[in-house]
Amino acid sequence: MVEEKRLMKGNEAIAEAAIRAGCDAYFGYPITPQNELIAYMARHMLDKGRVFIQAESETAAMSMVYGAAAAGGRAMTSSSSPGVSLKQEGISYACGADLPCVVVNVVRAGPGLGGIAPAQGDYFQSTRGGGHGDYHHIVLAPKSVQEAADLTYEAFALAERWRMPVMILADGLIGQMMEGVVLPPDLSSRPRPERLWAVGIPRGDAAGGRAGKGREPNHVTSIHLDPAELESTIIARFERYKDIAKENTSFEEVNLDKADLVFVAYGTAARVCLGAIQAAKLRGVELGLLRPISLWPFPRDVLRRLAGEGKRLLTVEMSMGQMVEDVRLAVSGLGKACTVDFFGRTGGMVPTEEEVLAEATRLLSCSEGE
Amino acid sequence: MANKGKLVIDRERCKGCLLCVRSCPTKVLGVDTSANSWGYYPSRAVDEEKCIACGNCFSVCPDVAITVYKV
Amino acid sequence: MEQMYGHPKSLKPIQTKYCPGCGHGVIHRIIAEVIDELGVQDRSILMNPVGCSIWANLYFDVDSVQVPHGRTPAGATGVKRMRPDHLVICYQGDGDLAAIGTAEIVHAANRGEKFTTIFVNNAIYGMTGGQMAPTTLIGQKATTAPHGRDPDTAGMGYPIRVCEMLATLGGSRYIARGSVDSAPNVRKTKQYIKKAFEAQLRGEGFTMVEILSPCPTNWQLGPVAAADWVASDMVPFFRLGEIKNELSVAPGQPGGQPGGQPGGQPAAAAAAAPAAGRAK
Repeated sequence: MVEEKRLMKGNEAIAEAAIRAGCDAYFGYPITPQNELIAYMARHMLDKGRVFIQAESETAAMSMVYGAAAAGGRAMTSSSSPGVSLKQEGISYACGADLPCVVVNVVRAGPGLGGIAPAQGDYFQSTRGGGHGDYHHIVLAPKSVQEAADLTYEAFALAERWRMPVMILADGLIGQMMEGVVLPPDLSSRPRPERLWAVGIPRGDAAGGRAGKGREPNHVTSIHLDPAELESTIIARFERYKDIAKENTSFEEVNLDKADLVFVAYGTAARVCLGAIQAAKLRGVELGLLRPISLWPFPRDVLRRLAGEGKRLLTVEMSMGQMVEDVRLAVSGLGKACTVDFFGRTGGMVPTEEEVLAEATRLLSCSEGE
Repeated sequence: MANKGKLVIDRERCKGCLLCVRSCPTKVLGVDTSANSWGYYPSRAVDEEKCIACGNCFSVCPDVAITVYKV
Repeated sequence: MEQMYGHPKSLKPIQTKYCPGCGHGVIHRIIAEVIDELGVQDRSILMNPVGCSIWANLYFDVDSVQVPHGRTPAGATGVKRMRPDHLVICYQGDGDLAAIGTAEIVHAANRGEKFTTIFVNNAIYGMTGGQMAPTTLIGQKATTAPHGRDPDTAGMGYPIRVCEMLATLGGSRYIARGSVDSAPNVRKTKQYIKKAFEAQLRGEGFTMVEILSPCPTNWQLGPVAAADWVASDMVPFFRLGEIKNELSVAPGQPGGQPGGQPGGQPAAAAAAAPAAGRAK
């Protein structure tokens, strides 16, 4: 079988992957640096007779996703940091109503209007449940255009399986750069099971002993006014989160066995670290990388193992330090001295391989002097 | 000849708002002197002979407490 | 003995949480009656947002989606685009539609989204205990306008006539304002709702029926006095009638819907409605 490979911009690869995954409806709003995504969706979703709406705001777009998902559709939205802040209400509601959907954040520098250059300052917002209430949703962070397409494609199935929003946390560099992509097969025409809990599903559909003509109404809602009932609903959801952690924690390991110092980084920061690892090898220094792909669920166990083996961990982020808190939490209480250091650039500055390597070298020489 | 009507008022659904009394053109309705289990004083057909089954009371009742029959 | 008027099938036969004399009860019932008359209970979807409308899904025996405050038209857009053959009914109060949800209703109407909005206007925020609403009248008291709504010295703004505002938008097709303060007005409002639902089922949109409704508790009036106040104070400001009618079926003609009642208005009423011709 001939693979279909194209040179594509990250934003467009994400869009094409979503279309091939069977996205029924896309609702978005323009914001730099992801405008190519909404434009691609406008062209291709309308050509295919699917739903495309440029909404009045990112807030409205997220509620459109909510409605479409409640009515059985595979719905998606995309934005960048300030717009994703506007979506937090809808994301909280979608998590509270257990609705599958895909949300893409092509992160730019904040806070406020900030800048349009790439950053990683939305980690807290994405993994801590940026909206109100006790909830989490899957967050996947690609490092390349290929991975952005692959993870977007997979996101729809994950969302359906776990009945939650799945967020693709890219950044402006991945969104804008062009790389070769092997595109996944088009699943759109494949028949799919009805969401039995959705509104508007045909009467007399499938299991559960529902009569041909009548059935109990389906109510999609997140309100549970009785505290005991709301507590048990949330606890049951968190039990599902444990299952997600068991099945869908994902990460990449690079050169871990030989390295004394391991970078912990995701997305573009990880690409920079890979460059630093190659440069270090030329000097005879072994560095490694633990690259979380799922930011939630976070790969705590592998980090704990690395710390237990005495590896020094250097977290590299394009922020003032957000994921580093999860790294520190993961290795806490081990009893051994495990050092977790941090190096970051923010405001849209992308760290260079040289400065990352310099920091790693400095830390290694410090510990040798001890 | 005008219709002749009969009302059945569900005392437990009624919240005693008395909008039906206000709407009745022939003054069929009044207030019951005994409360229902919620503590509301429901409306009551005090002069049913005058009912013409116009349906006004049914129209304005927020609780669908009244069923109107044509005799 | 023949039953003339009784409990609609699409409304659950349970007591509601609504206050005595609240307009929601009547509005629920006439919506349910129209659903029954059109035979679409099994393909109706109710959108119930925030406010007293949060309870609506307890009482309608239809599928429902609870949406964030103000986002009802956005949520309904998503639902209707996925289920275009269903009757999608948005049920909003004045805070939901005319305050936090102003952008959403304007743009849904402008896109001509094919759902029907039922806008319950009681000139106050009910669920949260009586704050000023976008439709609160000048001089009317509320907990956040304790001396009465004052646009001049206190900068509290003016009551908004939503129907007239939305009628200016190209995508809106049928906009009417009714009231539930009296039996004749209840019946007329039901006709507006039926016309709007029939239009939606024919594939026309955007349609909306605003309904002036009493809130005895937060107006601090008894139910009868509250109904009187709708007539004496609200109706003169919020004009009743069909504000815009650009539906494909002309007034006075049969509604064209199998099993439905003719949706036409008497010719006199149609002539009284403002001419709202579509720009060619």
